[in-house]
Amino acid sequence: MIHAAHDDHGHGPHAHGDPEPAPGESIADRTYVPAVLRGIKLTLARFLQKKFTVEYPEESVYDASYADRGIGASNPRHRGEHILVKDEQGREKCVACLLCMAACPALCIHIEPEPAPAEWTDRERRPKVFEIDMLRCIYCGYCEEACPCDAIRLTPKFYQPTTSRTERVYDKQRLLENNPDAQVPQRPRK
Amino acid sequence: MNETLVAVLAVLVKAVIIVGFPLAIVPGLIYLERKVCSYIQGRIGPNRVNLTIGHIDYLLPPSMRGALPVGLARFKLIPGSLQPLADGIKLAFKEEIVPAQADKLLYFMAPVLAFVPVATALAFIPFGTPTWDAFGSGHVINLQLASANVGVLGLFAIGSLGVYGIAVGGWGSGSKFPLMGAVRSAAQMISYEIAMALALLSAIVTAGTVDLQAFVLHQATTWGGAGWLMFKQPLAALIFLVAMFAENNRLPFDLPEAEPELVGGYHTEYSGLKFGIFFLGEYTAMILMSGLFVTMFMGGWSLPLLIDPYATGGLNALLSAGVFLAKLFLVLGFQIWIRWTLPRFRYDQLMSLGWKKLVPLALANLVVSAIVLTFVS
Repeated sequence: MIHAAHDDHGHGPHAHGDPEPAPGESIADRTYVPAVLRGIKLTLARFLQKKFTVEYPEESVYDASYADRGIGASNPRHRGEHILVKDEQGREKCVACLLCMAACPALCIHIEPEPAPAEWTDRERRPKVFEIDMLRCIYCGYCEEACPCDAIRLTPKFYQPTTSRTERVYDKQRLLENNPDAQVPQRPRK
Repeated sequence: MNETLVAVLAVLVKAVIIVGFPLAIVPGLIYLERKVCSYIQGRIGPNRVNLTIGHIDYLLPPSMRGALPVGLARFKLIPGSLQPLADGIKLAFKEEIVPAQADKLLYFMAPVLAFVPVATALAFIPFGTPTWDAFGSGHVINLQLASANVGVLGLFAIGSLGVYGIAVGGWGSGSKFPLMGAVRSAAQMISYEIAMALALLSAIVTAGTVDLQAFVLHQATTWGGAGWLMFKQPLAALIFLVAMFAENNRLPFDLPEAEPELVGGYHTEYSGLKFGIFFLGEYTAMILMSGLFVTMFMGGWSLPLLIDPYATGGLNALLSAGVFLAKLFLVLGFQIWIRWTLPRFRYDQLMSLGWKKLVPLALANLVVSAIVLTFVS
């Protein structure tokens, strides 16, 4: 189509004595018909092929059955929702040092420390309140980097939609129970 | 019942059908357009606004909610089928902004001018057999609203007035971009009308009539019912098809609307329902041109072996209308398909194609057809 400008002076640079005209210069190309036919053949094939859309949130990109669309497996380095890691005894690892709170550029972490129970000999403090406002969070991962105890981690778990803002503020219990593998489609794939 | 009363009644019913038809199928076309677009692009398209009896299980007490099968409780007729309605409601509730510099009369008149002539021209398109014996009563009804013996000319005379809607809209907006868009648009439509009319002339010479119903009869009775002008005049059909895209301002000739240089073209200053009527007019023009193409080149309502062009039965008449509708949607679907396939032409390429290629080709085709026909008959 770029070469159509040559039509204005009747012949292109390859018009004389050249057995194979440049693209766009041949008679067939100038009528546009073969190109249009190729185009509609291509779009027809596209029309009939499988669609790439994942109907989030009913469907999830984490469903392995989407592997044929080039998606369906999460990248392990994806920074999604946080979890609070537990130690071998099932207690949270967090010692309420507030380093993550200080590192957070979005100021989305709110921690209120309390003294650890006397029988927890390895630490003095634990968080009474540990809240992350997922709407403020920018998923930068600085909290994970700042933590000296490997207590907070970002997982590949994808942002879950909710119908209210308050549901997006995760408390300590929810962060402890947040299961990155629990992300399954809520309805079976068609 | 006397003859006059039947005739008046028939005209009224046909008029209601003709006027209601575009209003009824334009939402379907918009839906089709969006769906075809998204399918070609690998997406699903609108599927959230549904015609549904769904969630009826919420009417039941909570303990019984699982009892209904999911297919019934969440039944969706066509996914996203109410999207055009949602679009329409959105348009209706948008703020109507009238530019301060606008010529109020022209500004308000333009959308009407863009829609009414095009919808009126639909009256010339025959949508069924000319000899339907109405419910066996002996009154013969022609399934065509305006059975003028100069149908093609009448259709063009009225349909071409649609250009005024665009030109007046651009002028009346009192703004530079719509004016330039309108001028460009009018130039494009007038240029391609020439190629289109010349292509039609070849068809008219071949069929030997300008009456659209006679056109269909000619195609239905020659070559064993397959004497469609598409096969008799392939070049004219191709030229008409190309010019049709330009007439309807659709890709690859959608120059009137050019975001980089003209913003929205002639309807830049229009909002709300006034824009909606422009939109409606554009789709009605698409229906009109496709209907004309079907009538003149694809045998109209006729189909060999299925429809007898001279039968009087009700079933035959119904079938012929169905065939016309099917062919119409075939052409409309093709237009949509092309839209999402081809990139647009540059303006000089558009004019060069129209004046330097299509017009001479159509003229040559006309001369050759005339010579051949003279020697054949």
